Amino acid sequence: MSQDLFIQSSITIRNSKIWKNGDLIFGKENEIDLSKFLKTIYRHANLKYPKFFKMDSLSKLGYLGTEILTSGNISNKETALVFANSASSLDTDEAYAETMQDFPSPSLFVYTLPNIMLGEISIRHQLNSENVFFVSREFDPSLFIDYCKALFYQKKVDNVLCGWVDLHNNDYDVFLWQIALSGGTEFNEEELKKLYLPTHE
Amino acid sequence: MSDLHTELKKSIIEQLNLEDMEASEIENDEHLFGDGLGLDSIDALELIVLLEKDYGIKLTDPNQGKEIFNSINTMADFIEKNRTR
Repeated sequence: MSQDLFIQSSITIRNSKIWKNGDLIFGKENEIDLSKFLKTIYRHANLKYPKFFKMDSLSKLGYLGTEILTSGNISNKETALVFANSASSLDTDEAYAETMQDFPSPSLFVYTLPNIMLGEISIRHQLNSENVFFVSREFDPSLFIDYCKALFYQKKVDNVLCGWVDLHNNDYDVFLWQIALSGGTEFNEEELKKLYLPTHE
Repeated sequence: MSDLHTELKKSIIEQLNLEDMEASEIENDEHLFGDGLGLDSIDALELIVLLEKDYGIKLTDPNQGKEIFNSINTMADFIEKNRTR
C-alpha cells in the first residue's frame, strides 16, 4: 500500500455558502432555508437537469456539489464514488413516515436510502463504477483513506470522488473531493482535516 | 378552460415538483407521459395518490391509468364522472 494518492480538488457547502478549492465562490450573507438555497444554487450554476426537482434534499446536495466540483463533467466513467454521512436519509425517512398517516408518497419513498444519491450522480454522469455509502458517527478521514487506498491497491480505480454529505433537521454539511494518482495535495488525514475543518463550526 | 382543468394543472405542478412550469404552459390535450410532459412511472404513482387524496377516487385497475392519465382532458373527464368529493 505504498502508492501515493493526491487530492485534486475539493468543495464545501455550509451555511448558505460554497467554497471550491478553498475559495468562496457563492455566499449568502444571511443563511437561508435549505430548500430555497438548493434552488438558488441550481439557478446560479445555470444547471439544466429536470430530474433535480424530483430528488430529495440529500440527493440535491450531492448532485449540486458534484456538478460544481467537476464543472459538470466526470470524463472518467470508471470514477468510483465513496461517500458517507452520519444521518443516512433520516430527514426524508421522517417526511415519508409522516405521509404514511395519510397517503404514502411514492416519490419520497424512492429516496429513503442514502445511496440513492450515488445512483443519481451515476445516472447523471453515466458512471459504471463501484460506489459505496457509509454511515459514520462523524466525519472520519481514516475511513475514506483506508477504503480508497484499498481500491487503488487492488487496481480497481484510478479516480475516486469522495463525499461527506450530511443532512439532518435542515442542517447540512457537504464536503466533496476528488482523488487521483497525481496532482494536487497529498491524500492523508492531516490534509483532509485541513480542507474539511476551516469553514466547519 | 374549466376550473377543474386549471386546478389539475396546478396540483400536478405542485405534486410533481415541475418547478419552472406555469399552468398555462400545459396544453389540455398534451400527452402527460412520453414525449409530452415527460412524466415517469413514479409520477404516475403520484397521480394515483392525487386522485384519491383530492377527489376521493381509488383506482382499482392499474391498466386504467394509461387511458386516464393520457392528458389533462382525459383526467378531468374521468374526475368529473367519478369524483366523490
